Amino acid sequence: MTMADQLIHHLLIPVLFIVAILLPLIISVAMFVYWERKVIGWMHVRMGPNKIGPLGMLQAFADVVKLLLKEVILPTNANKFLYYLAPMLALVPAMAAWAVVPFGPDTVLANVNAGVLYLLAMTSMGVYGIILAGWSSNSRYAMLGAMRAAAQVISYELAMGMSIVCVLVLTGSLNLTAIVNAQSGNFFDWFWLPLLPVFVIYFVSGVAETNRAPFDVAEGESEIVAGFHVEYSGSAFAIFFLAEYANMILVSFLASILFMGGWLSPFPESWGFIGHGGFHWLFIKAFFFAFLFLWFRASFPRYRYDQIMRLGWKVFIPITIVWVLVAGCMKYFGWVHLGTGA
Amino acid sequence: MTRVTQYFKSLLLIELFQGMALTMRYMFKPKYTMRYPMEHIPKSNRFRGLHALRRYANGEERCIACKLCEAVCPALAITIDSAPRAEDGQRRTTRYDIDLFKCIFCGFCEESCPVDSIVETHVHEYHMEHRGENVVTKAQLLAIGDRFEQDIAAARAQDAAYR
Repeated sequence: MTMADQLIHHLLIPVLFIVAILLPLIISVAMFVYWERKVIGWMHVRMGPNKIGPLGMLQAFADVVKLLLKEVILPTNANKFLYYLAPMLALVPAMAAWAVVPFGPDTVLANVNAGVLYLLAMTSMGVYGIILAGWSSNSRYAMLGAMRAAAQVISYELAMGMSIVCVLVLTGSLNLTAIVNAQSGNFFDWFWLPLLPVFVIYFVSGVAETNRAPFDVAEGESEIVAGFHVEYSGSAFAIFFLAEYANMILVSFLASILFMGGWLSPFPESWGFIGHGGFHWLFIKAFFFAFLFLWFRASFPRYRYDQIMRLGWKVFIPITIVWVLVAGCMKYFGWVHLGTGA
Repeated sequence: MTRVTQYFKSLLLIELFQGMALTMRYMFKPKYTMRYPMEHIPKSNRFRGLHALRRYANGEERCIACKLCEAVCPALAITIDSAPRAEDGQRRTTRYDIDLFKCIFCGFCEESCPVDSIVETHVHEYHMEHRGENVVTKAQLLAIGDRFEQDIAAARAQDAAYR
């Protein structure tokens, strides 16, 4: 291979791929914020944003412009270095995790064999941004919010990890593409059915991981104003916002990949176009899970702090541990159909 | 037994699904929102907005400076001075000020007026840009009355049977 070929294959194509993932991601975060306000508005029998652009669709972009034009305020006696580092630490893992997300049978930026471990590592990294933001802003509300968020994220990481272990037991692989291929077959071969309780626990833990309602004590507008990012303004706040919503979309994608057959179509192959798998199926599934986030937020009151801890430690973790054994039995006795990817 | 059923109820998330079904139903309900500057809620003909002084059809002002409105005003928002008019010696106001910051829009002035002179119109979308503009003078009140006379008369006519 010539030098130019190498440059193209090892630099240009990956960079283009990264842009092709991140740019739509950022735009979909903006549209997700708009969609959230719209859906919650509808569920509150309101209209939601409807003034800027057709049906208010440019509202999120107007908000972004407003945030970017605002001053980033550094609180008195705040640790300047950590204060500016924290938003980056929250954003980078939320973006980096997308490297291993498979959008189709061959469409993945990094088809690594330890993809699930990488994902777990990246989603755990996000909590550093939150803790540092709370610690460095020299505010008791931010500190309280950061401590709540940290305790909650760490507790639910366990339940989340254990529920992923169930998937690993069935597939025997840490590669996300292999995990989706193992689910190939029909709608009832996807892992949501054999792993139903774990699937629910995974998604609820994902909601808790991203500090969203009804587990949003870390933000807790009514008691600690906004939690770890009270002191942040302007673009620094926008970065936290971006990270939170990117994480929500990531959890939605992961739930579809791990339990709902990723890019696979729910219909049999013989049905023509809708029977074929493709990234559109992944997007439809992820959209449904992302909608669930908003649906939860419009429906449920916030959990008390001790209730969150009880749910995480005394309900979710025991159930997932039991289901790891059940999954092992299913695999051992061959009760579950495992595909190979058509 | 109840504790067992309670346990399974909470484990199966039944109440949470019921709650989500409720919010989903509400999502498709027609919305109550009134898009204010484009849409308006219908006003009662007894609506009490900005004040006005009315005239008779021949152009003569109605107010006879009886000062009943000034006396009845619970917020002391009305200030009236009176003197015989130069041309014909009739008793008329020389000053009729309403402080809109004091006014509580109770409508007592309107009710007390024996000649239906001081009235409250349907106008409620107004603003002041300078200090002192909150006090509307006799000339301004008469001008408001001239401008909205048709609306005022129509509202009074609708309500006449109940007065």
